[in-house]
Amino acid sequence: MDPLKPIRNSVGKKLWKQVEELEPSFKKDGMLHSLHSTFDAFKTFLFVPPTVTSKGAHIRDAIDLKRTMFLVIIAMIPALLHGIFNVGHLHYVANGMYPHFFDGFGPKLVYGLIHVLPIVIVSYVVGLGIEFAFAQFRGHPVNEGFLVSGMLIPLVMPPDIPLWMVALATAFSVIIVKEAFGGTGMNILNVALTARVFIFFAYPTYISGDQVWIAGLPESPDAFSGATVLGVWAKQGYDAMSHVGFSTVSQQVGYTPMDMFLGFIPGSIGETSKLAILLGAVFLIWTGIGSWRIMLSVFVGAFLMGLILNAAALGFDLSNPHLAVPAYYHLLAGGLAFGAVFMATDPVTATQTTTGKYIYGLLVGMISILIRVLNPAYPEGVMLAILFMNVFAPLIDHMVIQSNIKRRLARG
Amino acid sequence: MSRLIRLTKGYDIKIKGAPVGKLDSSFSAKTFSVKPVDFHGLSPIPKLFVSEQTEVKAGDPLFYDKSDERIHYCSPVSGEVVAIHRAEKRAIDEVVILADSDIRYRTWEPADPNTLTREAIIERMLESGAWLFLRQRPYNVVASPDEAPKAIFISGFDSSPLAPDMAMVMEGKEEAFQTGIRILSKLTSGKIHLSLSARQRPPKVFDTVQGVEIHWFDGPHPTGNVGVQIHHIDPVNKGEVVWHIHPEDVANLATLFTKGIYSPERTVAVAGPMVSKPHYVKTLQGACIEGLVSNNLISDHVRCISGNVLTGRTVASNGHLGFFDHLVTVIEEGDHAELLGWLFPSYARPTRSMAYWAYANEAPDGYAVTTSMHGEERAFVMSGQYEQVLPMDIYPVHLLKAIMARDFDLMEGLGIYEVTEEDFALCEFVCTSKIDVQEILREGLDYMRSQN
Repeated sequence: MDPLKPIRNSVGKKLWKQVEELEPSFKKDGMLHSLHSTFDAFKTFLFVPPTVTSKGAHIRDAIDLKRTMFLVIIAMIPALLHGIFNVGHLHYVANGMYPHFFDGFGPKLVYGLIHVLPIVIVSYVVGLGIEFAFAQFRGHPVNEGFLVSGMLIPLVMPPDIPLWMVALATAFSVIIVKEAFGGTGMNILNVALTARVFIFFAYPTYISGDQVWIAGLPESPDAFSGATVLGVWAKQGYDAMSHVGFSTVSQQVGYTPMDMFLGFIPGSIGETSKLAILLGAVFLIWTGIGSWRIMLSVFVGAFLMGLILNAAALGFDLSNPHLAVPAYYHLLAGGLAFGAVFMATDPVTATQTTTGKYIYGLLVGMISILIRVLNPAYPEGVMLAILFMNVFAPLIDHMVIQSNIKRRLARG
Repeated sequence: MSRLIRLTKGYDIKIKGAPVGKLDSSFSAKTFSVKPVDFHGLSPIPKLFVSEQTEVKAGDPLFYDKSDERIHYCSPVSGEVVAIHRAEKRAIDEVVILADSDIRYRTWEPADPNTLTREAIIERMLESGAWLFLRQRPYNVVASPDEAPKAIFISGFDSSPLAPDMAMVMEGKEEAFQTGIRILSKLTSGKIHLSLSARQRPPKVFDTVQGVEIHWFDGPHPTGNVGVQIHHIDPVNKGEVVWHIHPEDVANLATLFTKGIYSPERTVAVAGPMVSKPHYVKTLQGACIEGLVSNNLISDHVRCISGNVLTGRTVASNGHLGFFDHLVTVIEEGDHAELLGWLFPSYARPTRSMAYWAYANEAPDGYAVTTSMHGEERAFVMSGQYEQVLPMDIYPVHLLKAIMARDFDLMEGLGIYEVTEEDFALCEFVCTSKIDVQEILREGLDYMRSQN
């Protein structure tokens, strides 16, 4: 049959002809053969190929990896949009301008775009560049996995992060953590979190402390602070949060739980608005792409650990003011929600069995809060907890599977 | 005693063109064939008894398996062997017989099965070709006459897409079915399990049947798969063997003893979105489908499938039915490129996920499915997807990975003895990464069989 038959509009037909004409130069003896994976990636992006089933089931589900990854990106858009606006909003507020939400909407948006878009672009260009090169080298098709990682990386960066650092971290992560293990579907650690952890340990001053979370803080060393909620908890205890937050040219701004939920507070670009993340979570669960089991159990684990630490605070000397933070505050603070919804649910690095997902999620939540509260060096523990549990995910699955094997043996 | 087993996992793919209406009794096929490929474990080059132009009667052997010469593969009709199609390396694709207008039978003495010994029953079944009705788990291969199965299973309903109605298939076969059960009960010291669907009133034939244990199942496809039912009724453990048989073949088995002839009847539905008039016919095993599909198709750019869309085999429009098939499905070939199809699909298509929410419920009379892959093959990425459509206590992805790694112990531990391709067919359908699940599973089953 004419492969064009279902393409009804003339633009599509012209495009297909163009693509067909270009194809020979990327074939084995063509002059552009060294770019055939790249060509193939763009071709299959434009056109779902006319491949038909040849063995097994004669019909296949509409879903494919492109669609799946695209939907995860859609789920991140609320967090991205909020992040862009929040970067501009906090910048102007800290500098004593447009203190109210709707004031200066345009300038805030433009300022945010100027700071966030370059990070997004650098992350995608570097990451996809490496992916294309590896696909070419191996003779594999380009997998869509990095489309999601490439968006996750900017969302877990502070707004003022130097772009070369983003590039370096992305390159490190894609090469060492993903491609060295065999590419999409084979990696042990979450790619985006590894990029973050790389900067965290290599250039800690750029991604921790009180100075990095608001873009363009007023120039005057130490006079201004953009402490995150967790930074305040760690230093002054959670009740200080209502009046000690970040400083502007005229005043100190405190945080309420509602601020933490709506997200007009300092933090990594995509992590601050729990509302935006919640929208993403609902979308992921509704489409069946994100695992609600993992999301739920991360929150349950974090809440439980919060309660355990609260109980510890009652019994012990309160030298660590962090212990007494009400358990539910932990769910709203820092990157827990972002990590639970977008990072812990990464199907490649999480556990794969249903039982395993509950165990994995619980432990991610519990360890996050444990690190957050008890480790003086890192005010946030989600990133490390997820990476730690990534390493243990295969072990959890192994135990679940062994129990299945034992059940089968016991039956015989 | 009967109990209800409720299964929630699975997926009913709604497809346009379900078989309806009455039997078309005017249908008669000109040629019939027997295909070695329908029987797993049969060597691809069986030993032929016949050559082209040999005259055979219904029940005369066409070929036998070199590994067990007792099992004869017999002609369903009388006539002349007109073609022996060969594939690569001289493997035999099919043996085609041009049927006489009046079938002449090889005959056996009619006998009351109650008076026959187990050995006599088995011997007659082996000689006549009726032995092939029995299939064995593990491996889903032709049963071995030396084994004593711990039980025999019969699925009384077919939940696969566009499946023929069992009431239509079994109409008028009440007595034969009961006789067949009596014969089967001689073959096993265990029980005979009959599974029925709690979703619709079961066919009359199963109402009064004696000598079986009835189980009720409620759930979407693959609940009707006998493998799923075995798993929930009396699972196959290491070293155990069970047999299963289709209800129509139970009745066919009875004919061999009451009338003394081999007459493998098949009630066949022709269905699918590309069929103008879906309907039923009565014919025999291996019938040519030409008369079913000629002048009955909406387009000529189609794929004819003997069996259902999940597990069936592609056949030419003048090809022949598979040995165990009761259905011919015709769907459109989907060999067309789609501009940004992953973003804006151009027609409605079934999906188990909500990723194409616009199409999730858009199928009052079913989807016009095509053979398109809807994407390209990728590495395993998603998790939990296969589990949603496999109502068994089995970890499908881990089993498949164990097969790829040829890890004998792990395959065994994860339950490879309990499954066959049809049980995993929906996993293959829903797979985001478009992995050929059934092929991998068959490799694993063949590997295990060669090792044991």
